[in-house]
Order: sequence, then structure tokens, then C-alpha cells
Amino acid sequence: MPHDHHDHPHALLPPEPALRVKALETILTRKGLIDPGALDQIIDTYQNKIGPKNGAQVVARAWSDPGFRDALMQDATAVVADLGYFGRQGEHMVAVENTPDLHNMVVCTLCSCYPWPLLGIPPAWYKSDAYRARVVREPRAVLADFGVTLPKETAVRVWDSTAEMRYLVIPMRPEGSEGLSVDELAALVSRDSMIGTGLAKVAK
Amino acid sequence: MTRIHDMGGRFGDGPVVPDAPDAPVFATDWHAQALAVTLACGALGQWNIDISRHARERLSPQDYTGFSYYEIWISALTDLLVERGVLTLDDLRGQGDDTSHPLASRMLKADAVAAMLAKGGPADRASEIAPKFSPGQAVRCRHPGDSCLVDGGHTRLPAYAAGARGYVLRLHGTHVLPDSNAHDLGEAPEPLYAVRFAASELWANPENADDQVIIDLWQSYLEPL
Repeated sequence: MPHDHHDHPHALLPPEPALRVKALETILTRKGLIDPGALDQIIDTYQNKIGPKNGAQVVARAWSDPGFRDALMQDATAVVADLGYFGRQGEHMVAVENTPDLHNMVVCTLCSCYPWPLLGIPPAWYKSDAYRARVVREPRAVLADFGVTLPKETAVRVWDSTAEMRYLVIPMRPEGSEGLSVDELAALVSRDSMIGTGLAKVAK
Repeated sequence: MTRIHDMGGRFGDGPVVPDAPDAPVFATDWHAQALAVTLACGALGQWNIDISRHARERLSPQDYTGFSYYEIWISALTDLLVERGVLTLDDLRGQGDDTSHPLASRMLKADAVAAMLAKGGPADRASEIAPKFSPGQAVRCRHPGDSCLVDGGHTRLPAYAAGARGYVLRLHGTHVLPDSNAHDLGEAPEPLYAVRFAASELWANPENADDQVIIDLWQSYLEPL
């Protein structure tokens, strides 16, 4: 267990993290500052309601409908809001599209900014020091950690989310996916393909 | 001049470990509780997102490095609750009283959660500062890159880009300036740009000559070339 440093107030709470959270929650609840029912609602939202399925719908529609794709590239915030995807950590959205010449990846080197309404809560690796430190400097080595190899002639463009802009990668549509419905296409869109650490799955 | 959270480009962190396809959203219950308590406390309205980011960044380097992700959240939240006068040190020691709190009327109730999350916190604001740069224009990030407003203060200019030359890719509009907003100095909105940097401008040995990094940067972080 790390030893808390000097005189920060948090050092007064139990060091074991589960107990630390519990202690703070108890103090705040007794004072009428948090409602345990509200905590349950927040957790239920991100555990069960909001996640990468939302982003996958956006990608599948962009693949299927050129008019939607053009509008999305022009003003992603408005277009995804029309689908019901908006709110906290998705206030300002930009869609960036992969092509044979350009592969996009997203990171937040300074904290863990991520488009919550479209992808949910970021996975542990996205928030890890290794990803934050490395992907801006050696994106191809990071892709190798995910088992992805790009052709040399594909340039990598890494978006460091330093402001309140949130980026959604539109992966390339896989070959063999012609004629699939939006829902069938959405099933090919992995979370990682919308961050740029993966590719869309190959159509069966 | 760098601070511990500003780790873009750092060497020595080892592999990135992808999660299993069926990994849960929260690895343990306390991660979920830490996130929920943090969001619920934010709803008390005693700070903004930049203040809360700054609280995490100024944990001691030993704590920031030694803590896991949600330990950083919950520890910085505790510090912030005391600094903003919501809780006292005696409260944390278990010696506080439970009489009614002046902020209790602002408590986030269960039936208000959906609206709170849907509302979010847009950062675009009208500004009197006109854009100085246009897409395609060459710019340089200011150097030194640490906060001009507060010594050791919050900024969103990553150290790896300080002094680097790039090209404006797009104007995002005018947004709240975190360097100011994190220190109760006002929102100070100004133009925000996506700026494109060649990997060779940032790193001695880039993987590929054509690779690029795009960084969102406020106008006051940039100078014309």
C-alpha cells in the first residue's frame, strides 16, 4: 500500500482504497451531501446503459449512408445528439475517419478524456501511464501491443485530447461487408476500433 | 518544470495491456463508487472541471505515481472537499458533527441524475478575443510551456509540445481557458485550435516520417511563425 505523502487531507482517511471510498461516502451521506440512490443511478447508467454500442451505431450509419457520413464529418456534435448521444464528456464531438493513407488514434496524455456518451467509461489501459506516455511518441509500437500492424505507407495521426473536444475514430469499413444492415455492421465495430487501437472486425 | 501527470512521450512505462473483450466496466465495486461519489460531489457546484483536474495533478508526485487511477480520483476529491470548505479535517477524522449542512439543499437526488448527465458541461463560450490564426497557418507553441498565470499552475499545453512548430488544422470556436478557470480567475474564453505537429518535430527518432500528433491548443499557447 503506498504511503500517503505528508499533510494532504486525504491522508486522514483509511489508506486501503475500498475503505477510503467507503469512509468518504459515509461522511458525505451522514451530512446529507450525497444520496446513495443517486450513486446507484450513476453506476447503472455507465455499467448498463451507455457504452460502445452507441458509437458503433454511429459508425455503422456513417458506413451505410453517405449523407449521414458527410453531416457527421461536418458537425458530429449535432448529428450524434440527434441519435440521442449527448451529455457529460461528449459536449463537443469531432469524428475522424480512417483511410488507406491515414490511421487515427486518440489519447489524453494529461488525464483520461474520452467520449463517454459514445464509448462509455474508458478501459483501464486507456487511462494507464503506459498508453498516455507512449502512444504520442511510438503509436506503431503501441498498436503492436494490440496485435495491429499498419502498412508503412499509412500515416498515423494521434489526437491528444487536451481540451473539451472529444474524438471518435471512424474505422475503415471491412471488405465483404457489402449489403449488411446497420445493425449487422454495428456488430463489426469494436470499441478499440473507435479509439484507433483496433480495426473493424472482418465480415463473416 | 514538468508536473507528474504530464507524461506524453515519457520512456520506461512498459507495454500497454489490452483488456479482455468481456472485461467489466468497473473492475471492482469501489471503482464504481469512486466515480459515482466524484460526480455526485461535483453536482454540489463548489468547483469546475478544471479545478478538479488540477486537484489530481497536484497530489504529491509520490502519491500520483503510487496511487491507482481511482485512488487518485478519490484522494484529490477529499482534498478538494476540505479546500473548498465542504468538509473539515475533523469530519475526515470522524470527529465532525452531522447537523444539517448548508449545501444539503444542493444534494444530487437519484431522480436528477439522468438530467445532470445529459446536461454535461459545455466549454464553448462567446469571446471578445478574435481568432489570430487560420487553418494552414504555421504556429509555434510557447516556450517555456508552464502556466503563465500561476507558478506551477494548471495548463493544458503538454510539455512535449512546448516550443514545437506546427500547423493549424482547424478552429474549434472559443472555449473556456483552463489555465484561468482552474484557479478561480474566471473563464477567460479564447479561440481553441487543433494544431498538427509532424512526429519529427516532437521526437528525436520518430517511428515514421509521415506520422503526426494533433493537439488542441488555446490561442494564448501559440505564437505566429
